[in-house]
Amino acid sequence: MTAVPAIRPLRSTPARREHRMHEGEIERIFRNEAGRVLATLIRLVGDFELAEEALQDAFAAAVEQWTAVPANSRAWLVNVGRNKAIDRIRRQIRLRAKRRYIEAEAIIASQALPPEADEDAFGDDMLRLIFTCCHPALSMETRVALTLRAICGLSTEAVARAFLVNEETMAQRLVRAKRKIRGAGIPYATPSADMLDERLDGALAVIYLVFSEGYAGTSGAALMREELAREAIRLGRLLEELLPGRSAIAGLLALMLLHDARRAARATADGDIILLEDQDRSQWDQAQITDGLALVERALRAPQRPSVYTVQAAIAALHARARRHQDTDWPQIVGLYEVLLRLQPSPVVELNHAAAVSMVDGPARALDLIDALTARGDLAGYHLLPSVRANLLNRLGRREEARAAYQEALVLAKLDPERRLIVKRLAELD
Amino acid sequence: MQYLLLIYANEAEADKMRESGHKEMMDAYRSFTQSIIEKGNFKAGDALQRTSNATTVRVRNGKTMTTDGPFAETREQLGGYYLIEAKDLDEATAIAARVPSAKFGSIEVRPIMVYS
Repeated sequence: MTAVPAIRPLRSTPARREHRMHEGEIERIFRNEAGRVLATLIRLVGDFELAEEALQDAFAAAVEQWTAVPANSRAWLVNVGRNKAIDRIRRQIRLRAKRRYIEAEAIIASQALPPEADEDAFGDDMLRLIFTCCHPALSMETRVALTLRAICGLSTEAVARAFLVNEETMAQRLVRAKRKIRGAGIPYATPSADMLDERLDGALAVIYLVFSEGYAGTSGAALMREELAREAIRLGRLLEELLPGRSAIAGLLALMLLHDARRAARATADGDIILLEDQDRSQWDQAQITDGLALVERALRAPQRPSVYTVQAAIAALHARARRHQDTDWPQIVGLYEVLLRLQPSPVVELNHAAAVSMVDGPARALDLIDALTARGDLAGYHLLPSVRANLLNRLGRREEARAAYQEALVLAKLDPERRLIVKRLAELD
Repeated sequence: MQYLLLIYANEAEADKMRESGHKEMMDAYRSFTQSIIEKGNFKAGDALQRTSNATTVRVRNGKTMTTDGPFAETREQLGGYYLIEAKDLDEATAIAARVPSAKFGSIEVRPIMVYS
């Protein structure tokens, strides 16, 4: 076993101070390890909030004491955190002299020390934490916030910024969530085999939501959105590592990698949208595409029915494979959208399907589909519906109708870059 | 932990169902109750009479006001309850999903407050 430091007071000698590590490096370790250390601490101390406090204490101790990163920094942090939790309980006893804290301390002390370098134990704890944070008894927005805070190690302030609420509101939301976990008895456990698939779908939905917010971003600053997309990919990789061989995870991870690979080509320096057909494909991240393509292949070979993520990833893969826009395999994309419509019918998928149909059977046939969709009113208020319609009308030479449709889209579009794109299209009609 | 499962359903729909398949419903409840007794989850449980037989009492400024009907008019009404013992919320919700009325009504799962 690696030598585990005994708890030292936070005071350190001047000589030690000079050799302290740069805080930026500790910050980097924090972001990488916070989730796993927290996950194990929750198991050891049996309480989410106490574990969070102990985690903060452990990192404060690291800032004070580390002159270099210990060989097993995770085990170090878990041990120090665990001891800090015991300290906190002792202080509570002094303050309130309640017997149950003595009992709690006895329980923690009896827990086996975390075996250093036992990747399996850390992995199991992490899975438990993921399923706790993504529990269906919590609201979707709470699941997302808790996941970003507890698993990704984002600060409360950063999570608040990502969802455009103030820090106080977000802090309250997180406190309420932890209270419900404890009060309602949300288990800190990996679901039983009969529930695992369903609950995994729930966890994937949380990750996909984090990614979508980071990718399309209905709001928020560009930099924050990029961070969210990166965190979602990190979560996907983590889940893929912890539950290997599940095609839905591979499919979602592939989908995120393939979409994110286009990030640099998706907008001009001024933040104007560049559509897929106009993107400079040499700017696509080829390493990430290779990674994504391999995952799609694996997900598609799985014996189960493909998940909606896998089908969407397969569509993204066809775009990624086309060296030029005109090389895109549209007939296969249309086929995949039809599969997607059977798996999970939705008006947005119908809209995408119609746009793909226009590339195979021409704009007139696609316009019929769009008009049927418009008549149903399911997508009323969605700016992309009149935008796609305008594009088709323009291609059919019906310019005045196209203009009217773009103007309709302009009224509905909320984000500045989207509005600028529509204005540009209107100008091109003149 | 203990949880109260509150069984909500639309009374008018439940009445209709009772006319057509009263026996099936009673049988389903009987075997569900039996199963949670055998597993040791059952603490208590009852069906309630219709909300038209409900009376609401309030005391304001020392004066008791008694009114006809339930506290609030809602689409679904409280029609019964079970008090159960379960390991955690996952076990409690799995039991709630097996309450026969869950197929058309809804079951609210409320942890019992523990004072320490």
